[in-house]
Amino acid sequence: MEIAIVSGKGGTGKTSLAVSLAQTLEDVQLIDADVDEPNCSIFLDMDTEHKANAEIPVPVINYDLCTLCGICSANCEYNALMRVPDQILLFDKMCHGCGLCSKICPENAITETPRTIGKILQGEKGNLLFNYGKMDVGEELSTPIISQLKQHISKERKIVIIDAPPGSACPMVETIADVDYVIVVGEPTPFGLSDMKIVIETLRILNMKFGIVINKDGIGDKEMEQFCIDEKIPILLKIPFSLEIARNYSKGVPFVKILPEMAAKFESMLAKIKEEI
Amino acid sequence: MNEGDIRQVTVISGKGGTGKSTIIASIAACLKDKAILADADVDAADLYLLFEPEQSEGFDFYGLRKAKINQELCTECGICLETCRFEAISKDFEVIPTRCEGCAACHHLCPISAIDMLDNVSGKYFISDTRIGKLVHAKLHPGEESSGLLVAEVRKVAKQTAENQNRDLVLIDGSPGIGCPVISSLVGVDMAIIVTEPTLSGYHDLDRILQLLEQFKIPGYIVINRYDINEEIAQKIESDFENTFPIVTKIPYNPIFVQAMIEKKSVLEVETEDKDVLLIKKMIIELSNFILKKLKLDD
Repeated sequence: MEIAIVSGKGGTGKTSLAVSLAQTLEDVQLIDADVDEPNCSIFLDMDTEHKANAEIPVPVINYDLCTLCGICSANCEYNALMRVPDQILLFDKMCHGCGLCSKICPENAITETPRTIGKILQGEKGNLLFNYGKMDVGEELSTPIISQLKQHISKERKIVIIDAPPGSACPMVETIADVDYVIVVGEPTPFGLSDMKIVIETLRILNMKFGIVINKDGIGDKEMEQFCIDEKIPILLKIPFSLEIARNYSKGVPFVKILPEMAAKFESMLAKIKEEI
Repeated sequence: MNEGDIRQVTVISGKGGTGKSTIIASIAACLKDKAILADADVDAADLYLLFEPEQSEGFDFYGLRKAKINQELCTECGICLETCRFEAISKDFEVIPTRCEGCAACHHLCPISAIDMLDNVSGKYFISDTRIGKLVHAKLHPGEESSGLLVAEVRKVAKQTAENQNRDLVLIDGSPGIGCPVISSLVGVDMAIIVTEPTLSGYHDLDRILQLLEQFKIPGYIVINRYDINEEIAQKIESDFENTFPIVTKIPYNPIFVQAMIEKKSVLEVETEDKDVLLIKKMIIELSNFILKKLKLDD
């Protein structure tokens, strides 16, 4: 069973929940797909090793064959190629690796070479398998890293928990593709609710099954809960707000260590999710 | 006001939820006679919730085009399926819009030209009148690509608006992370304010966003929000980064930030006699003046 944890707004507690679940449940693989800012490893006392580079293919021009006709640069939708009098310039960070240029070059003068844009790492401790992706600083495209990271999902594990990036744009969509269930972690404040609504709109367009975990319950107002009731969205769990949890979080201690009673609630949450699936 | 004279400041954080938007809201309220506010966190734009626009003018934003297969012509030869690297074409030869990156490879390679590239409205942007002046904000349609392009559009429109309104500063609220929308919110700005929190995650993410600022050679100044949640890590942020990225202010944890949000106000607009809140308001005024001074807009 693959469960993705998303949020819309950043800092609502996705990572805390992902790590708490991973450390409580049996036979889990945890995937940190927030490749811009992967933080799960901070909460896991675990060594990780480099497993693979995340790469995208970029064009290489063979000037023995190139006639500088400019078909490649004229048709690149990302403006990653530019023809100047004596060569074709490549702006490699703009290239999405679609391969169009190599396929439409009339002289077959373009081949492709992998360009590293991030890393995929792995660790294992006890019965927890952990993978995460890390984008190189200065790179723009997180989606290909997420998609390559997801190739490391183990089919043997009973539960795969995927910590998604914030927002509701393409990186989040890539993260939740093909998962069985999505947990939306919301913070009950006006900003938290507004961002959660956008994520829910996206999940509905994609026909995903999902439920809500309200984190930092008590910090704001009751609007989020009312919204879930009105929209008939299941509230899977509520995690209270406390400064003690916040202080422990700051040191890398997930809330399940402060509120051990949460472990039992995770079991009933999972049962609810299984029912929904 | 000449566009070239307009200064731009982006507020970023690396990690989400550090208080970026609530802090920029207060700065914007403080500098309402000088600045235009641009909400460039386009897939989670929230500032309009605080400043409740009295009137909004909305415009469609066209992102990258998307492929569409003409089913009447399609012979299901499968070349497009093989060509597409984004798995955006389903087995029954429909384009999956949320996966299509608009590269047009299928369009060029379809042997019978059955695939068109259609203009695609991927979001909307607004120029709104609010109690603190003009606010430029946007909304990316759910699941869309092109967030970086929409950020660039919001910034362009905000700059034009500043010129029309005779303001010499654009305040830009950025996205979390370090990728495409963040880079788009930083290119060519005069200064970045980084709002961080003293947590191990906050520290880790701060380190990465500062590396990005170094690559782009953008001067950055750090605000440590909720510094008293973990004074040890707050201290470590100061000692590790102070030399290259000065710490401008350290704001204590206070429930007023959420309370003000519920009342649809920035913290600066909250009327109170509470000493702790008054102190926070003073810090925000000082931070706003610091920005003006650094950009030589303080005359």
